[in-house]
Amino acid sequence: MSLAFDLSRTPSFFRDETFRGDFTFENSPESIRRFPFPFDRDQYMYAVNIEQHMPGPPKSATAFPIDIDEHYVAEMADRAKVLAEDPLRCQSLPHMITAEWDLLELLMTSMARDYPQWFSLHRDGDRWHWVNRPLGIDQRFTFGDAATLPYGPMEYVTRQCQGDFCLLDQRDDNLWLDAGIVTSQADWSLDFDLGMNFIEWHGPVPRAHDMGIFERALKFLLNLQIGRPIRRLNWTMTINPRLDTSPENYHRWGIDRTTVTPENVGDKVHLRVELQALWRLPRSNAIVFSIRCYLIKMRELVTVPKWGRRFHRVLRDLPADLADYKGLTNYRATTLEWLAPYDDGAPTSPGFFPD
Amino acid sequence: MSEITSRPIWGKLDPADQASAHLVCAEGHGIEAVVAAFAGRDGLLSRATVVHVAPVGAARPAGLGGAAYHRHPSRATALTAFRAHLARAKMGTQVHLAGSEAFLDEASAVAVACGIVGDGLTTELSGPATRRVQCVHCKGMMDEVAVTPFACSHCGINLTVRDHYSRRLGAFMGVCADAEAPGVLPAASRF
Amino acid sequence: MSATRYTVRVTEAEAVTPHVRRLRLEPADGAALPPASAGAHTVVTLEANGRTLRNSYSLTAPSLAGGAYEIAVLRSPTSRGGSRFVHERLREGDTLSVSAPVNLFPLHRLARHHVLVAGGIGITPIAAMAEELSRLGASYELHYAVRSEAAGAFCRDLEARHASRMRLYSSERQERLRVREIVPHQPLGSHLYVCGPQRMIDAVFADARAAGWPEANLHAERFEAPAGGDPFAVRLARSGKSTTVGEHESLLEAIERIGVEAPYLCRGGACGECICDVIEADGELDHRDHFLSPEERRAGDKIMICMSRLKGRELVLDL
Repeated sequence: MSLAFDLSRTPSFFRDETFRGDFTFENSPESIRRFPFPFDRDQYMYAVNIEQHMPGPPKSATAFPIDIDEHYVAEMADRAKVLAEDPLRCQSLPHMITAEWDLLELLMTSMARDYPQWFSLHRDGDRWHWVNRPLGIDQRFTFGDAATLPYGPMEYVTRQCQGDFCLLDQRDDNLWLDAGIVTSQADWSLDFDLGMNFIEWHGPVPRAHDMGIFERALKFLLNLQIGRPIRRLNWTMTINPRLDTSPENYHRWGIDRTTVTPENVGDKVHLRVELQALWRLPRSNAIVFSIRCYLIKMRELVTVPKWGRRFHRVLRDLPADLADYKGLTNYRATTLEWLAPYDDGAPTSPGFFPD
Repeated sequence: MSEITSRPIWGKLDPADQASAHLVCAEGHGIEAVVAAFAGRDGLLSRATVVHVAPVGAARPAGLGGAAYHRHPSRATALTAFRAHLARAKMGTQVHLAGSEAFLDEASAVAVACGIVGDGLTTELSGPATRRVQCVHCKGMMDEVAVTPFACSHCGINLTVRDHYSRRLGAFMGVCADAEAPGVLPAASRF
Repeated sequence: MSATRYTVRVTEAEAVTPHVRRLRLEPADGAALPPASAGAHTVVTLEANGRTLRNSYSLTAPSLAGGAYEIAVLRSPTSRGGSRFVHERLREGDTLSVSAPVNLFPLHRLARHHVLVAGGIGITPIAAMAEELSRLGASYELHYAVRSEAAGAFCRDLEARHASRMRLYSSERQERLRVREIVPHQPLGSHLYVCGPQRMIDAVFADARAAGWPEANLHAERFEAPAGGDPFAVRLARSGKSTTVGEHESLLEAIERIGVEAPYLCRGGACGECICDVIEADGELDHRDHFLSPEERRAGDKIMICMSRLKGRELVLDL
């Protein structure tokens, strides 16, 4: 199998862009309209805000369980670069192999069902045939036999699917982060957190523990059922459209936070939204936790007037400890000044969607 | 809440009467916590194995009754022996660890890797609260870190110790202290 | 919220012993049944004599592959109607509704060695676990206690499948399963799983604890069918409905009978999903679940409606 990132051969829907170096990433107008804006009111408070992962409106980011968008090919190329530099971004403890196959099945069946123009899957018992046209992959393999794939089943399928993925083993009334591929993360390390339980890996989040949020969320997730996936949105901000904001590379990208000026806010400052979804996996009884990252530039965001007004208010009123935790402190004031002209004080309508 | 949730709570050694055997690993003065926990419980000591990090030629500590006592000259050699004892141990064996924070970090990671869960393991901090820290950038491990920030002994990056602990690695996370303002470091503080 | 449901057809109904009937269930409408994990159960809805019964049954080994589910049902002398219906009325070709698998008795996948213990019909989840461990190439041993080989379900199949890893104990042949002789020799990091009558679970755990096994390494399938009790009245404050909970009916069943949907998963007092706020109780709450802590029981403001009852006149719930 060859991973063909030859963009000239891919359908023109997919953008030729970068998330490092010259940072040519941007959103098309259609992509801006479908951005999963995370604020349904003018203030933000840390909350679990879990809902059923049911199909959202057509063309929205939640129209299908797994969202493939115009950034697909470029994001997969970025993931391949991260893995080539640091193999510890993809790890799986030995007892997670059944969960890896479960994940492969979930992703391949979803992608082939919802995007038949790009992906196809033919199953004849254990003999599977997978075709990924955008990446130029045609693979026959035996389901359950890892030796028939060029990578382990989790790594194989997630090198072809947008979003980070964690596999959580359920035991001792807890969930354990025992496998994952994490290359587009908001400053957390898979290598460090591997093997932690649900309460431990959320350790650094301020406020939420005092509120008992993680204990309640854990109790809820332990009873997560097959066929009833759930989702939530989380957010932070990133300077430059960099997918890989890992602690491992923080000494390289942290300095970016000091480069924001009134002139470059529109292009440099990004709202970073994570669409997090969780599924119960059938064979392993494990849970897959997917974290799909969406980026939008400030100048793109304000093309939706409601979002420009609302984000100005949310950022202005964010408590200092949360701003610190999200790493916004260095450039919050500059960004607020830039956003202020887009907030005329008019009331905003309830809900996430553009007016 | 001042305690972070991924931070280990070391507690007190608590040998259970019903355990069929006791496997102890202690470093230096940690042995005093062991002697105190087993005091007056000769029956338990008669089925205990004690692995102790102590200098070559040091005497067998008093108060260990009929326990099988093995002295090892360094943490690394003691943990190799501890691993071998764990591999041969049967269910019903309770494991006890006593020593400095960095020792407990590393030894409990060994026990966890052998499948010991819950009440099968008791631990007690005895000695300095120096920490074992892993540099997240180069993955280098450092024992006995007493002060934050400090320079990574492997790659030289200035690190602050983040309040985030991995039981698998037996270490806290060290993250670049001055990425957003090179050369500007927060005031030093001791653990 | 309750589980996804599937309509299935009974494609095989076989008496594997005089008292155990094996059912094979395949999708009636072409929808694919997901694979089951070892130790999982399904909630089967039975329309028996005009009454709706929902019983939990462990999914046996052939269910692991998905596509079809198999359960094995013991004819119970104290049946509330479910097992009698399965044995006397259900025919090949009949349709039923089953829930997606729910696993409250999972394998501990970090164990260095697995000790599986089953008594009688308790073999159903244990055999699925043995199958999964065998497939994974994991270290395990299987102990199965039966009244006689003729009365024990799947004895021959299991012996053929698990050979030297399995020991069968037949009381007819005066063979006793002595757990206290098994537990001391297991390697550190072993886990023990038991499914069978409650007194067997208690005895196995007592022997393991006496040999120094920590609680974290002991696992039992805890859920059981709700036992009846004296009738009492229930009023649902939010939906404004009332009824009487009959002698042979659970609180959850009575609530469903009057058309109110309450959340549930295991229907056996184990999972916590059906927890409900008590607004008023004219009488004493009779907690019979394995979920609420002693403090929560004492507080008296929560009840697990799948198992627990009221000893008294009327219960008012926030439903």
